[in-house]
Amino acid sequence: MARVNIDGRDYDLPDGQNLLHACLSERLDLPYFCWHPAMGSVGSCRLCAVLQYRDEADTRGRLQMACMMTVEDGLRIGIGTSDGEASRPAAFAADFRKQVIEWLMENHPHDCPVCEEGGECHLQDMTVMTGHSMRRYAGMKRTWVNQYLGPFVGHEMNRCITCYRCVRYYRDYAGGTDLDAFGSKSHMFFGRAEDGVLESEFAGNLVEVCPTGVFTDKPFSKVYTRKWDLQSAPSICPHCSVGCNTFPAERYGVLKRVHNRYHGEVNGYFLCDRGRYGSHFVNHDRRIRNAGVRAEDGVFEAPGRDAAVTAVAERLQDADVIGIGSPRASMGANFALKELVGADNFCIGMADDEAATMAAMLDAYRGGGFKIPSLTDIETADAVLILGEDISNTAARMALAVRQAARGVAFEMAKDAEIPDWQDAGVRGHAQHAKSPLYIASVASTRIDDLAAATRHGDALDLARAGFGIAHAIDSDFPPGTLDAFVASAAEALAAADRPLVIAGSEAREPALVQAATNIALALGTRGEDAMLALTASESNSYGAALLGGSLGLSDAVQRIADGAVAVIVENDLYRRLPGDGVDLGRAIVMDYLETPTAESSAVVLPASTYAEQTGTFVNYETRAQRFYQVFEPTDEIAPSWRWISAIGNAMGRDDLGWTDMDSLTKACAAAGVELSGLADVAPGAGFRVDAESKIPRQPHRYSGRTAMRANVSVHEPKTTVDHETPFSYSMEGLNTGDQPGAVLPYVWSPGWNSNQSVFKFQQEVAGALAGGDPGARLIVANGDTRKDAHQDVPPPAQTDLSNGTFVAAHVSYVFGGDELSAASAPILERTPPPYVLLNSADAQRLGVSEGNGVAIAELGASYEVRVDDGIAPGVAGVARGLPGTGVLTTTSVNLAADPDFVRRPGGDPNLIAKG
Amino acid sequence: MASARPLTGVVDTVGGLVDLESYESHDGYAAARQALATAPDDIIDLVSEANLRGRGGAGFGTGMKWGFTRGPAKTPGPKYLVCNADEMEPGTFKDRYLLEYNPHLLVEGMIIAAHAIHAEVAYVFLRGEYHQPYRELHKAIDDAYAKGYLGKRIFGTDINLELRIHRSAGRYICGEETALLNALEGKRAQPRQKPPFPPASGAWGRPTIVNNVETLCNVPAIVRNGAEWYQDLGIGDDAGTKIYGVSGRVNKPGLWELPIGTTIREIIEEHAGGMKDGYKLRGLLPGGASTDFLVEQHLDLAMDYGTIQAAGSRMGTGTMILMDDTICPVDMCRNLEHFFAQESCGFCTPCREGLPWVEELLTDIEEGRGKEGDLELLDRNAMFIGGTTNTFCLHAPGAMEPLASALKYFRDDFEEHIRTGQCPYR
Repeated sequence: MARVNIDGRDYDLPDGQNLLHACLSERLDLPYFCWHPAMGSVGSCRLCAVLQYRDEADTRGRLQMACMMTVEDGLRIGIGTSDGEASRPAAFAADFRKQVIEWLMENHPHDCPVCEEGGECHLQDMTVMTGHSMRRYAGMKRTWVNQYLGPFVGHEMNRCITCYRCVRYYRDYAGGTDLDAFGSKSHMFFGRAEDGVLESEFAGNLVEVCPTGVFTDKPFSKVYTRKWDLQSAPSICPHCSVGCNTFPAERYGVLKRVHNRYHGEVNGYFLCDRGRYGSHFVNHDRRIRNAGVRAEDGVFEAPGRDAAVTAVAERLQDADVIGIGSPRASMGANFALKELVGADNFCIGMADDEAATMAAMLDAYRGGGFKIPSLTDIETADAVLILGEDISNTAARMALAVRQAARGVAFEMAKDAEIPDWQDAGVRGHAQHAKSPLYIASVASTRIDDLAAATRHGDALDLARAGFGIAHAIDSDFPPGTLDAFVASAAEALAAADRPLVIAGSEAREPALVQAATNIALALGTRGEDAMLALTASESNSYGAALLGGSLGLSDAVQRIADGAVAVIVENDLYRRLPGDGVDLGRAIVMDYLETPTAESSAVVLPASTYAEQTGTFVNYETRAQRFYQVFEPTDEIAPSWRWISAIGNAMGRDDLGWTDMDSLTKACAAAGVELSGLADVAPGAGFRVDAESKIPRQPHRYSGRTAMRANVSVHEPKTTVDHETPFSYSMEGLNTGDQPGAVLPYVWSPGWNSNQSVFKFQQEVAGALAGGDPGARLIVANGDTRKDAHQDVPPPAQTDLSNGTFVAAHVSYVFGGDELSAASAPILERTPPPYVLLNSADAQRLGVSEGNGVAIAELGASYEVRVDDGIAPGVAGVARGLPGTGVLTTTSVNLAADPDFVRRPGGDPNLIAKG
Repeated sequence: MASARPLTGVVDTVGGLVDLESYESHDGYAAARQALATAPDDIIDLVSEANLRGRGGAGFGTGMKWGFTRGPAKTPGPKYLVCNADEMEPGTFKDRYLLEYNPHLLVEGMIIAAHAIHAEVAYVFLRGEYHQPYRELHKAIDDAYAKGYLGKRIFGTDINLELRIHRSAGRYICGEETALLNALEGKRAQPRQKPPFPPASGAWGRPTIVNNVETLCNVPAIVRNGAEWYQDLGIGDDAGTKIYGVSGRVNKPGLWELPIGTTIREIIEEHAGGMKDGYKLRGLLPGGASTDFLVEQHLDLAMDYGTIQAAGSRMGTGTMILMDDTICPVDMCRNLEHFFAQESCGFCTPCREGLPWVEELLTDIEEGRGKEGDLELLDRNAMFIGGTTNTFCLHAPGAMEPLASALKYFRDDFEEHIRTGQCPYR
């Protein structure tokens, strides 16, 4: 620690840290623009000016930018305030900061009343904070023509204050190439070379990175609401297994937007665009809003909640009942269903191959011998192997973390050259293109191939064999697999690393791939390194469902249904997992949010709450259980699935399903298994109060219109719902001090800091843990102590006759629309491709097709669009899965033939026209 | 007997362009041969001892700069020598003269400098508009390659040197050495934060020495004649000669290689032939557009780094611009600030947003639209833009030097413009 005097007061600050960073960690109000906690300093905006004094006698000081200074012992600085009272000489620095704002406001339009950033604008905050209030510049304002940047991000360049954060984030941090700084002098333009969709799947973060309203959330703009009128609660992204923390926000019963919720170990400051824009399914016009019971004429009737529950109870009473849960349903919903039907009759809702892969993943985690890394841990890895999982599409936020890991060597080089790690341009300029080793073994090309030291392509079994080969090359006690240049080089890099990381997952539905990855991590572990293994799953609660477990496989469940069992299906569209003709759901009871094919086939549908309308828990890829809280109350008969189940249980006369609230359900679930016991510690229960007495408001203190917002319906103000389930209130009354546990932070907002930049007031230190601790509880904590035996079953290569249009089938995923929920979100739909097959150019030529043509897939009875990717191995067809319109492939090979009648169609599901 | 004008003497002797043959017949490349047989560190010590200071304007000790990257690179990879030939300072044309008439002198200087710092690749970053200098330098480099003075195993030694010309796309800021390096790398020409300084992390992150054309051209004579000889060339504290230039209403505008420390009066009155009849000198920018005005009282000062700095300005490039009594100081400032605003790279706020405001204020005042309070706004802008740590690089503080000094020496003119609502010089 270093003793630093700031405005006459001594502080102990971390030696060598950036001074601005350190000042903000002390929660001092030092204005800034271009600095960003995740991106360091470049010194462009000149707003964080302070006076540096030589010694105690120095009363003049020298103006310096705090973002360009290093904390060192004996440093004396003055921040001063705009009224100049804090310390006299420092008023000069305050005056300079005011001048910087005056300069920036020369060209900034006074369109705050109609600007989407209004009320949460960092520029507004800094303007007020520095005291600039009178316009003296009399010249014309510069104007620009804006660009179309796609469905996610709006563009209003006139508001730009040229802080360079956007390009630093988009290019330097996220690796994008199609956004840049153009022009010079006072005519700097930030955008694309020409109009067009921003390519990066992390483009949406521009909305939060931009300190003013240049880059805005386009879908949000269409249904715009001021930040202070939004109701929000801490939540978890429902779109993949990373479990990014989010702030969904609502008004008038509409989910308006999703913002990043800082988590020091998981998502930090950034989300992917699937997470940011995927939640508009909540507003879908095909939401199931009322219980429906199919009448004899085959048409659903809406008998009302109680009658529907009774109808279900009657159907289940003396029947053979099975339950099919879901990897996208909460722990509570899955647990309640399992309790309803019993473990022997409970299926976790994954197809058998996925369930087997998940089992292999849990088996690896349970065995230990390595560390399960958080995203923050991933960023510190000094050698990475990605084995058979296209994380840019299946766990996008993790790919962004891997991108940061690749910079590790740059920081080492900078350290040797005595360039501080926060001096961003210096580090990048010094290290140039140097990257820490990343090896990617994948089916097709990936969007992080630009970082890779080497890539290797093949089908899942081929990649698994390569993985076994790497483990063997590291430690010859492990069984041999393929040995080639990639294998040897990857093994060498991993073995030489201090913090090697292996990433694999369930995308390929291939347990051997997971076992190969596990062998590598174990092989690294035996050498004493701090090896890490991350295994990504497909959905938000795949791990939770798998940990809960169930005896019934999905194909067995289908057989039971065929044999006459009544299935209760919770938040699961089985037609995404099984071939469409394989199952008759005519007797099934379905709880879901959307009118899925499964819901439409069933006997009874019950409207289930989405994640934003209920409180629950998801378990992410690290087995980190995380709580999401109800953001707003659903309308009509929509209720959480577990409540429906509880009501059904009551109607059936069961006394074991009567959970009264979330806390009792969580308690029961935590008691259901040793590995589930951590669920009790995930987040505070309903009884938690801030400062022992206050609930936490979902609405910020400036929330307006409470008495008037429903006046068009009734002039009587409805009584505010009292929330007995959570520590939150549906009101602006209460306290959000930021000191409460991180899991119950409903929004960030601090006096003077109305924008999301205020998050530093809620952290223990800038970019560190939240003040009340980062939320969540790890259910399985693998450690290096337990040593498990190597997997010995190296799979043989795929056996396929590759003549006559037969290809080895490999599943490929796509980030937008590749999961069920984002595919039903209007903005995402615009980025969702039609079903496609990836072929390399030689194979495409052999079939007589080229990019954009169609190929008929015999096994699916459908034609997909051809996309040529020379990253894909010869004889392998990458068949898209999970997109609207894709079928369920159950074979390991496909027979392809050119389809001359194929009509290319735009992406998106023609049957699901989303609004919202 | 060594020439008292090591930079331009041979040009006069030859009577124009010094080609390879003429250059060699006047001891050309003898210094390079001598240097290649000398230990690199000894050359650095010699140049330090000679007290050669950077002729680009900042006057940093050349030997000391080289000394920051003594010996072979500490980490695997190349070291670079870069010649800053992006001569874009208004009123400055000294490097152009050297490049057009004595290009082999630069090539020889770079061979010696590259050897001294263990660089095997060197670049000349050349102002884009310098077409004739480009042709002459290109020819000189080709001839040197043909003779084996550049390329592999130069002069029959084990030493290699590739010398390349990079023609700038044309931005004043590229004269700032780190912006130059960014441009050389193909990036936006914006300066870099220092540290790291280029000797530690320069072009492509490698140790790099950036020297001005005139600086490098001084090196061969130092090697040939020694440090003491070189020091004796200067009149005051500084060593060697300096190419001084004068533009404005003098009888003989031009440039002359003179002992460093020659007085301003001698340069103007003897070498430039004094003011034209009917014109009176009101002020001068001693070393290019980004230096403070000097006035009559300063004429007897020696043009060297220390003396001019003590008078509140900078010797800069040593090529002065004279303002006579028919030129409106407000208009001259407006003209200069237009240039500086135009040439801002757009990276930091005071420069990007402050300079256009200053230009606009000056335009209003010059065109009769000046208001009460405008001078205070100019003062405030000049103070806040002018602080050397207030901006990211020294472009904007440099831009404020002529303005702040004009507001000091010619304030009456500014006030009169505002009071009368017109420019008295029109």
